[in-house]
Amino acid sequence: MVHGELWTIKEFFTYPNEYIYWPITIVMYPFVTGLVAGAFVLSSLYHVFGVKQLKDIARFSLVFSFALLPVAMMPLLLHLSQPFRGIEVMLTPHFTSAIAAFGVVFSTYGMIVASELWFVYRKHFVLKSLELKEKTNRSGLDSIFYLLFSALTLGAYDISEHALEKDEKAVGKLAAIGIPVACFLHGYVGFIFGSVKSNALWTTPLMPVIFLCSAVVSGVALCIVTYVITVGLRKLLYIRKRTQHPDSPTDESVKDVDLSEIKITTKYLVMFLILAFTLEFIDLIFRVYTGIKSWDILQVVIFKRDFVKVFILQYGIGNILPFILLLLPGLTVKRALLASALVLYGVFMMRWNVVIGGQAFSSSFSGFMEYHMPILPVSLDALKEGLIGTIAVIVTPYVLFFGLNKIMPVFGQTDSH
Amino acid sequence: MMNRREFCKKAMVMAGGLALPLSAFELFDPKSLHAEKNDKSNTRWVFLVDTHKCVGCGFCVKSCKTENEVPYDANVTRTWVERYVITKDGNTYIDSPKGARDGFTTTKIDQQHEGMKDINNEDITKAFFVPKLCNQCDKPSCVQVCPVGATYRTADGVVLIDRKWCIGCGYCVQNCPYGARFFHPVYHVTDKCNFCYHRITKGMKTACVDACPFGARQIGNLKDQNDPVTKIIMTDRVNVLKEEYGNKPQAFYLGLSKEVK
Repeated sequence: MVHGELWTIKEFFTYPNEYIYWPITIVMYPFVTGLVAGAFVLSSLYHVFGVKQLKDIARFSLVFSFALLPVAMMPLLLHLSQPFRGIEVMLTPHFTSAIAAFGVVFSTYGMIVASELWFVYRKHFVLKSLELKEKTNRSGLDSIFYLLFSALTLGAYDISEHALEKDEKAVGKLAAIGIPVACFLHGYVGFIFGSVKSNALWTTPLMPVIFLCSAVVSGVALCIVTYVITVGLRKLLYIRKRTQHPDSPTDESVKDVDLSEIKITTKYLVMFLILAFTLEFIDLIFRVYTGIKSWDILQVVIFKRDFVKVFILQYGIGNILPFILLLLPGLTVKRALLASALVLYGVFMMRWNVVIGGQAFSSSFSGFMEYHMPILPVSLDALKEGLIGTIAVIVTPYVLFFGLNKIMPVFGQTDSH
Repeated sequence: MMNRREFCKKAMVMAGGLALPLSAFELFDPKSLHAEKNDKSNTRWVFLVDTHKCVGCGFCVKSCKTENEVPYDANVTRTWVERYVITKDGNTYIDSPKGARDGFTTTKIDQQHEGMKDINNEDITKAFFVPKLCNQCDKPSCVQVCPVGATYRTADGVVLIDRKWCIGCGYCVQNCPYGARFFHPVYHVTDKCNFCYHRITKGMKTACVDACPFGARQIGNLKDQNDPVTKIIMTDRVNVLKEEYGNKPQAFYLGLSKEVK
């Protein structure tokens, strides 16, 4: 069986070699990259624009953005038919290709986030390494942590007020540089699709901007969802621990979700949601109005074959419903959580409708292709590019976040940034 | 004794100083200089399809699959033949079952998942066959978008793929307006027609040209004024497919109808 044949159903006339070559993995790629960029932009609102109310969620989203970062590459590697050669994109880039810029943009962005995190957590690293150094009977694990934290300090043990002030300035600067780089990272992902001139649905100069706005939307939404759930879980675990062991020490860092913080975050969410929605609609209206050759087949895809996916699932449930939920007076944490989850779903559907929808018709404009995602891993392709691969991509950032949180704790930090 | 700052400064100057003469090697690489001087290759391979002569026997597809080791039963092919049937009500029906490897054995049109479409002979206004293959474009978008440069254009105009270098991202497949590219089921890298480069560079014709019993397919050198193919392209009314994409395709067609996709 040739690549793509497993999940493609062809109708009417398609060129013999045409299949859905970019399946769910390539839906996940812009989705996860968008989350990375969006989470970073959210953290920068506090660090650069001084939105003080976002302090807690800013720290959270910065660490989470870092946890998401390696996962952005994961669906790409799962997709490549020669994954061991994937590194060649970075080592021997062919710069007329949009994908070749990936190595440069991605590593620049990674370095910025890593440096920013270092400045944010430097004091913590120093304190931890000193604390473990003084511990007399270190366990094996303690020794490993001691080595890790000592290495992470990079030898900079100065945590005087003056030094910490400098750190804070550096964080501000890095966050400021990080915003355009994060935007570029995702705008560039939009460019990968927008520049495919042979695909009638993808080829539009609006694509990078549309991708960028929906990236911020999804990143902010995911941070709200994960933040609310994490804080809630911590509280739940804490209460259970207290009831089982009433004499256990109290933990000041365990608290309820700060509603005012969530309210401000959702305001930014709504703002970007409006922007993303407007841009997508401009694109659609433009296509309807100009009605160029490709519109004949595109309208069948958008208004008939994919109607439910585009207008009900993406715009209805994913955009308009959460928009109403967020604007109704008396916003509660639960409602914000639901609305954010819906927004996240809406952005996922947008990625789906762009990536899969763009391959739903033949470039001969005379036939259609339908995508059926492989559920069972009946072959290596079905394993990598089916449900199992997708679940792996969804779960990995949380596993990484759990690990990162041990080194860079998100909660219970009392310093200024 | 040199301090650290001085050492760093001097090291940078040295690195810069060394980089200059080293870059000269790149600038004056004798091999690339030689190639540039001789870039005025006296060959530009082009293809000519006379659609009037094609009967849809599929010998070309069969011979191509055998010659180029594209698995015979795999539903991908380097070249294929499309059948067009236009009816009185203005509808166009197109099919290419298995790329027409076995020719067109029934008058019914293969609508793939929608089944076979039976069309009354009286309703047909015109019907014809169109052989297709890679257009070996002058401005190939597949070459432009390959992130590692695994696909490239030779001096004589043929676009080739380095099977040892392709990472299999499929970006070139997405960027080909002609649907010429696919994933090779054995090598798991992209594949497409290369005008039988191993044959034409040794003075032979492509496998499909040799296999065509009706002379519907011809290969020629556009830079040779005496080449019969060049003469036809220069003097006859030829057309190309999907010119609007700007790829400057180099497969020329005689008798191309407006319905052809």
